[in-house]
Amino acid sequence: MALKGNLRDFNTTQLLNLIHLARKTGTLTVESRNGTARLCFKDGKLIYAALDRQDGRLADVLIRAGKIRPEQLKAFDLTHLQDDKVLGLKLIEAGYVTQQDILNSLRAQMLDVVYRLFSWNEGVFRFEPDLQALQNRIPVPMDLENIIMEGARRLREVERLKEELPDLDIPVRLTSRPEAIRKVQLSTEEWRVISQVNGRNTIEQIMRRLNMDEIQIRRIIYGLLQAGLIELGAPPPATPPPGVPARGPGSGVSRSVVEKLINYFRRL
Amino acid sequence: MQAVKIVVTGPFASGKTQFIRTISEIEVVSTERRISTAAERAIKDQTTVAMDFGRITIDKDLVLYLFGTPGQRRFDFMWEILAEGMLGFIVMVDSTRPETFREARNILDTFRRYAQTPFVVAANKQDLEDAWDPEDLRIALRLDGRVKVLPCVATRRDSVKTVVLELLYSILEELSASQR
Repeated sequence: MALKGNLRDFNTTQLLNLIHLARKTGTLTVESRNGTARLCFKDGKLIYAALDRQDGRLADVLIRAGKIRPEQLKAFDLTHLQDDKVLGLKLIEAGYVTQQDILNSLRAQMLDVVYRLFSWNEGVFRFEPDLQALQNRIPVPMDLENIIMEGARRLREVERLKEELPDLDIPVRLTSRPEAIRKVQLSTEEWRVISQVNGRNTIEQIMRRLNMDEIQIRRIIYGLLQAGLIELGAPPPATPPPGVPARGPGSGVSRSVVEKLINYFRRL
Repeated sequence: MQAVKIVVTGPFASGKTQFIRTISEIEVVSTERRISTAAERAIKDQTTVAMDFGRITIDKDLVLYLFGTPGQRRFDFMWEILAEGMLGFIVMVDSTRPETFREARNILDTFRRYAQTPFVVAANKQDLEDAWDPEDLRIALRLDGRVKVLPCVATRRDSVKTVVLELLYSILEELSASQR
């Protein structure tokens, strides 16, 4: 099933949230005037990210990170340079780098790509359930919660925040996966908001209690939502005018009427 | 004769009129007009400006009316009127147009304010190549696991029937829960 669209309508934070919550495996390709980004995921974790064709290769990553010098690569067979796993082993054996150097450099490179992607407001994306882009590369699994939170913190456009969260009169509740909260690194302000989330308090009530402004609360709630740490509850019903009863489920219709409808449609 | 009503809502061009047409026993009474803006005209020629109206006679004592809301925000003054007294509602979403998902979520919240009645989400146009999976749609619309997000092809009678039936099951559950 396709997962295609434009970042204009469904931004990077939302995309990562979807991949994270649906625990997807595959490759996300984003094409924009800034370049082409390829991100690979396994079971909802980021395992590889590259910008344009060459950017994610181990040799380039280590040179950019200052861990090796280009001339050190000349001692290796060209075929070693194509396969990052083989090259990584050779570099460790030669004593040029440690395994930790490789993992840290790849992680930093992946984060750099993803954080750049957060600043793209436009770009056509597609997600395909294969990992071909990962061929000859080293996968480094990274949890998405913290990355998503950072993406939301970087969202500066107030208009976009208002579009994503138009109504503050909605209660918020904690996720049904409380262990996710322990994994994520939250700021003091984010923790203060979390402490007020109980399924009854609306976003507006939390904002007032914590003496925050609208932009601040929108950004924090948006980040917590996207990271899957909280969920929106049902909006409270509009207050009916005096003397008018509130409209409840079924609007006074009896069970037998609904059963009659069900029988009719079953036979249809 | 008792009359009950189900409302079909959703963003512009999500397939509401087609959904009602597929299942109504009468020619749907549509208040469609030619579209004036170029952006909307690129998607379809005509749109519902007040409501669509379909009818299904269940038996000599009971009739079900299906009302379709206009998709554009500029007609949202009609929504509350149409929502009055409904049994439940169906939110139609065009699964191939992520640019409409945010609007679908806003429409859903608005209707939940009008009435605390059961609802289901119909992930329409599932027969098209670019359709998002209903479970991806659930996450995109920020719906929890209890909300039914159903695959739908509004031109197919069986598919429309399944969506209506699932809504009716939810209504029955809600009635049972409120009587406990």
